[in-house]
Amino acid sequence: MTRHLFADLAWLPEPPADFRTRVKTLAAGVPNAGDEILTLATHALSDAQLRRLADAIAQLAAQGTNLAPLTPFKLGLVGTGTLDLLIPLLAGSAARHGIVLECVHADYGQIIQEALDPNSKLNRAKCDAVLVALDYRSLPIPSGLGDRGNSVEASAAFIDTLREGFHANSGAVCIVQTFAPPPEQLFGSLDRRVALTTRSLLDALNRRLAESLAGTPDLILDIAGLAETVGLAEWYSPEQWNLAKLPFSATYARLYADHVGRLIGAIRGNARRCLILDLDNTLWGGVIGDDGLDGIRLAQGDAVGEAHLEVQRTALMLRERGIVLAVSSKNTDEIARAAFREHPEMLLREKHIAVFQANWNDKATNIKAIAEELTLGLQSMVFLDDNPVERGLVRQLLPRVAVPELPEDPALYARTLLAAGYFEAVAFSDEDRKRADFYQDNAKRLALQSKVGGIEAYLESLNMEITFAPFDAVGRERISQLINKSNQFNLTTRRYTEAEVAAAEADPDAFTLQVRLTDVFGDNGMISVIIARAAGEAEWEIDTWLMSCRVLGRKVEQMVLRELVLNAREQGVRRLIGVYRPTEKNAMVKDHYAKLGFTELGEGGSHWVFDTATDIPAAPMTVIRVGHTASLADA
Amino acid sequence: MENIYKTLTAIMIDVFDDDDIVATEGLTAAQVNGWDSLAHVRLMIQVERAFKVKFTASEINSFKTVGDLARSIAAKTGLK
Repeated sequence: MTRHLFADLAWLPEPPADFRTRVKTLAAGVPNAGDEILTLATHALSDAQLRRLADAIAQLAAQGTNLAPLTPFKLGLVGTGTLDLLIPLLAGSAARHGIVLECVHADYGQIIQEALDPNSKLNRAKCDAVLVALDYRSLPIPSGLGDRGNSVEASAAFIDTLREGFHANSGAVCIVQTFAPPPEQLFGSLDRRVALTTRSLLDALNRRLAESLAGTPDLILDIAGLAETVGLAEWYSPEQWNLAKLPFSATYARLYADHVGRLIGAIRGNARRCLILDLDNTLWGGVIGDDGLDGIRLAQGDAVGEAHLEVQRTALMLRERGIVLAVSSKNTDEIARAAFREHPEMLLREKHIAVFQANWNDKATNIKAIAEELTLGLQSMVFLDDNPVERGLVRQLLPRVAVPELPEDPALYARTLLAAGYFEAVAFSDEDRKRADFYQDNAKRLALQSKVGGIEAYLESLNMEITFAPFDAVGRERISQLINKSNQFNLTTRRYTEAEVAAAEADPDAFTLQVRLTDVFGDNGMISVIIARAAGEAEWEIDTWLMSCRVLGRKVEQMVLRELVLNAREQGVRRLIGVYRPTEKNAMVKDHYAKLGFTELGEGGSHWVFDTATDIPAAPMTVIRVGHTASLADA
Repeated sequence: MENIYKTLTAIMIDVFDDDDIVATEGLTAAQVNGWDSLAHVRLMIQVERAFKVKFTASEINSFKTVGDLARSIAAKTGLK
């Protein structure tokens, strides 16, 4: 089922299946409880799951458990209607933003008393902030238009009284909500022009509110903006208001709570500061190493290109408000940089990128290196990547990095990134504007550090299934497509027509493999193609070996070699000859055969030999064999 | 009706955080720990979401047992 971006907080991954068990374990006491809370909270939890997590956090906090890196925050809550249902959601959602939230709740309907009475529940509690969660129903706005002459002033004065009361009596900062108009119109379009309609009054009040908070420590929670985003008719539910005085539809309670959480996180300095961008199929459509500078999709007027341009535009706007940009891409450095230097449609240029990491390391290692280079913590990082496997790897190995889920259609990438609210700010100064440059000036070119551990375990969790089959009629078209398109992970870059591929199928002297890979995220399709040909005495020469870069770092190469070796042995072949033919684009596989344990023949790195008696360990994936190799005895 | 009760059981386990709850025809709020008026609202919202139905306020007030609720769901959805 497609998730709704806002109602379902679709930038967050779905909760783990063992969520309840993990919360119970957490409550019973675990080392690094703070990190586990953060990890659990960083999912699209249901209302009930948020309640459960909030209970566990409250229990741990009451026991005095160290919940670092989370920091405590006491929030007073006063407002329109029934807010009780929100409280556990607020606490669970605040954890997502690094906050252990204690919520002090005014009694139902007690708004002005709570502010003005120095001994009120909220004032005695000495909150860090008070959330004034009013909606239009609590404002002094009479129903008759004729009586509304000074409603904006009266409403503004009412809010000022509340704020001043809380300031004077408890010293708390006030977070004031803007006012979403109800969807019901009085005249129709004319509502905009008649100053006394509810819509016009609330518009004026919101503007005034924004102005009146300038120079004060108080903050705005823009509920009018949020309700507009989801739709006013969606936001306000007359049924739920009548039934239980819920101020807005319970469908959006989690979204509301997340918005409160991100604002409090921003107050505590937990907002993110750096956006790390993947390149292929994120910043542009296509794979630059294979499709070339002219082949990537970025053009105006091309739907895919427009979508990726929007990602670039968004990144650039974020940079202008002080968010540092970095790149982490599996690519050859020069090829990747060429797009930034030479592609006419690119909005992002090298000068905008503080740290540029295009190489063939795993992305967790790269992101750590970027964080160190920028002297920013991992909790400041957001990582945007279209590939669910890369996202999963980074989430697992670097849980403090924020990694938004992305929908299939790149048209929604920019919106999804912004909807997540990673870069929530409570102020904007000249210094912020210059911050991206500041970090950039300090960034030096990187030498890569040691690899992040735990990749083996991650690969296992992918439940990969690799399928080996000889060339056949069904795969023929895709095989020849790959043979003619793959540039980067392609050892010989020999191009063959579909007819030549068909000939190889029937050639008794050729051994062919088409390789497919599935994992928990779905089917990667055909990801590797091999042609070996009988050469000398008991010898195969590997004529073609190519692989999709999408599955790099997953030990597919090792498994392919293993399969080659097993088949070679079966047919009495004792030596495999590997050939590397350098091109402008395939430098990444220069050491391919060396890495797999081949021995160089002569000099120049063009020919390599492997003894098929050598055993190759299996990587963590299930092997499926189809066609003439199906009966092959494994090892 | 069996499937309706099955889904209701799952919802109630979640809403009341109690693994032992089983939605049955005769079950009433008084028999469930924590089933107060606010929990009732939470339950109704979850039921509406799960079955993609809407209850009017008077319907919600008329449910005396889980059986009443299940019959209303059956009537609205055509599930049996």
